[in-house]
Amino acid sequence: MQVRVQSDIFDPGAELNAFTAVIDGAGAVVSFSGIVRDVAGGLQTMEIEHYPGMTESALQAIAEEAMQRWNLADALVIHRYGRLQAGEIIMMVATASPHRKDAFDSAEFLMDYLKSRAPFWKKEVSSAGADWVAAKDEDESALDRW
Amino acid sequence: MDVLYFAWVRERIGIPKETVETSAATVNELVAELRQREERYEVAFSDLSSLRVAVDQTLTDFDASLSGAREVAFFPPMTGG
Repeated sequence: MQVRVQSDIFDPGAELNAFTAVIDGAGAVVSFSGIVRDVAGGLQTMEIEHYPGMTESALQAIAEEAMQRWNLADALVIHRYGRLQAGEIIMMVATASPHRKDAFDSAEFLMDYLKSRAPFWKKEVSSAGADWVAAKDEDESALDRW
Repeated sequence: MDVLYFAWVRERIGIPKETVETSAATVNELVAELRQREERYEVAFSDLSSLRVAVDQTLTDFDASLSGAREVAFFPPMTGG
């Protein structure tokens, strides 16, 4: 299991290959990559703030819970902070399991939890000004299914 | 006790972190003390339903005890992913 919090950009393809190369006995790998979107147009940067210390421990706890709840060979979580541009990678998760369903379900669980339980906050800076991205009710209610 | 602020809470209060001398027994009592300080605190804490709190880097509730706590953080709902 690997959890990384970093400002540096990373290559999700290379990360996925490295993850897949070392899993043992897993027949299924699922990965998700999150990319900065320019939703309203005119996005200059997305600033991601986080809570150093708590971020790492929260992600670690979420990944450990996934490892316990599903039959997983391994799990990977990488999340960036700092100033990002539209089109840049923000984060990725990958899960490896003997079975496809465990790999898909645990990847969705990781995404749902790190959306509203990992201490990151996004601010969109555009020519019109700067606004904190508001949490969505549906992100909170997405946790109920787990 | 260290008190940390993130995102718009940090911007409204104007600082990311401060050390507070307090005898507050719960997060709610600490919030009540902070609100009485200055208007910027009153504004930041005016709607607790829009805030989240962590005690010693663990997410908790506003009625949580501060017994033995070293660090309290206030922030809006998280937007990771």
